[in-house]
Amino acid sequence: MSPRLRDVRADFPILRQPSNGHRLVYLDSAATSQKPQAVIDAISAYYGGLNANVHRGGYDLAVRATDAYEEARASLAAFIGAPDPSGVIFVRGTTEGINLIASSLGALKLKRGDTIVVTAMEHHSNLIPWQLVAQARGAETVMVELTADGRIDLADFRRALERSPRIVAFTHVSNTLGTINPVAELVRLAHDAGAVAVVDGAQSAPHVPVDVKALDCDFYVLSGHKMLAPMGIGAVVGKPELLDAMPPYHGGGEMINVVKDTTATYAPLPQKFEAGTPNVEGAIALGAAIAYLRGLGMETVAAHERELVGHALEKLAAIEGMTIYGPMDERAGVISFTLADIHPHDLATILDHEGVAIRAGHHCTQPLMRRLNVSATARASFYVYNTEEDVDALVAALQKALTLFGLAHA
Amino acid sequence: MPDQPDRALQDLFQELILDHYRRPRNKGALEPHTHRIGLTNPSCGDELELDLVISGDTIADVRFSGRGCSISQASASMMTQLIKGKSVHEARALAARFNEMMHGSAEAARDKTLGEARSLVGVAKFPVRVKCALLGWNALEEGTKNSH
Repeated sequence: MSPRLRDVRADFPILRQPSNGHRLVYLDSAATSQKPQAVIDAISAYYGGLNANVHRGGYDLAVRATDAYEEARASLAAFIGAPDPSGVIFVRGTTEGINLIASSLGALKLKRGDTIVVTAMEHHSNLIPWQLVAQARGAETVMVELTADGRIDLADFRRALERSPRIVAFTHVSNTLGTINPVAELVRLAHDAGAVAVVDGAQSAPHVPVDVKALDCDFYVLSGHKMLAPMGIGAVVGKPELLDAMPPYHGGGEMINVVKDTTATYAPLPQKFEAGTPNVEGAIALGAAIAYLRGLGMETVAAHERELVGHALEKLAAIEGMTIYGPMDERAGVISFTLADIHPHDLATILDHEGVAIRAGHHCTQPLMRRLNVSATARASFYVYNTEEDVDALVAALQKALTLFGLAHA
Repeated sequence: MPDQPDRALQDLFQELILDHYRRPRNKGALEPHTHRIGLTNPSCGDELELDLVISGDTIADVRFSGRGCSISQASASMMTQLIKGKSVHEARALAARFNEMMHGSAEAARDKTLGEARSLVGVAKFPVRVKCALLGWNALEEGTKNSH
């Protein structure tokens, strides 16, 4: 049995405030996580003692800021098992990261008539960038279907690979269903078909141990704000030989070597993909978030969420009229559901009044919603600071919703 | 009954509203129609399509289809009851009145011409839900902006 996670609620100052007169029960970490004091302090410490532009000034402060920024890169590389920090490109978040890959890898690899494979559970941020680059380059996107319980249909995945796609892009963990995909296997199949494998790690990096070397994916993309760090920082973690071959994404300062009137040569990795002043504060705070997560232990974090989700699934399934979407095992801390004929937005309003913050809507997965034959679901998502008490508060608030809609048992 | 949900929620999901949600009036497509307006709320996925038959200056018939929350569906249902048979001008005046009520006007909330739609007055206390209540009315205003 894995070691139990210590009670970390006290580390998150935002959770001390009441919400609508109740204890705040924050169940929307799949949208963004709350921040521990250590991360908030890191931002303050950066501006209180370290702020200078990186990779430029020769003075002490600039050298120390650059060192701290590069340390954050190295700590992220180590956190997810990337052998070479030069393949870690800081970006604003997963959305920007996938746009970078689609645009730059697309320029390298895609010709008219080529195929890009995606799946029906992708967040719009791992779909629209591929649609855009496909349209721009005369290529085509093919969507892999899901099984009835919300996993990637491996037979359909293999069928899609028969088209010899140049690029296969899929998520590690579904932001709507919580499905944990067998990434290593999918990557192997993609490679066997000659494709580059791009993994959306936005919902996995915060929640489960990740080793990109073991997964062997060509690109892994993540967002800091979903893993205790601030908004506006994330990373593309790519194989350096591919990043070297790809053209730059944004042009500007910092990414150049020699600039002439009509041409330029570019900086080596990772600067080649980091035009302009980067989010130094965000990178350093991401480093602090990683240190915090390492202190808890990612195995322990994952075990805590497995236990919470197990508890929640059991309690939710016992509510009459409850429909739970997605697999009942191999699921991360995300549960999408609908309750009787109560629309998810009505549920969210009622739960909010009880201090329970959940998300209602399509969760930026409209193709998935169409396959589930719903326009929206309610979604509760969990993280390190959630407890069984939070699950119980969710269940009690759902009972109130049933009462309001005249559906409770007498 | 200490465990009862509070008053604001009870107002929001009162029986009349739930009745329109579960048994919407004038629901479905209208064929033939003179006007069809489709509106979506991209942030939440609600969809609504309003079909109108405007004859001369009169809304001779109206129906709506789509899916969404209790507030958007009940509001659209109540609206269709109110505007059927009214002139375009009158219907647009009701839409303006309803808008005022949603933005907190106590005077608009007392206006009996809004009929059953007055039951939606409690939505004004939930600012993020006002857009739900306005979806059908916005479709009406959009569809009739050149017809009056």
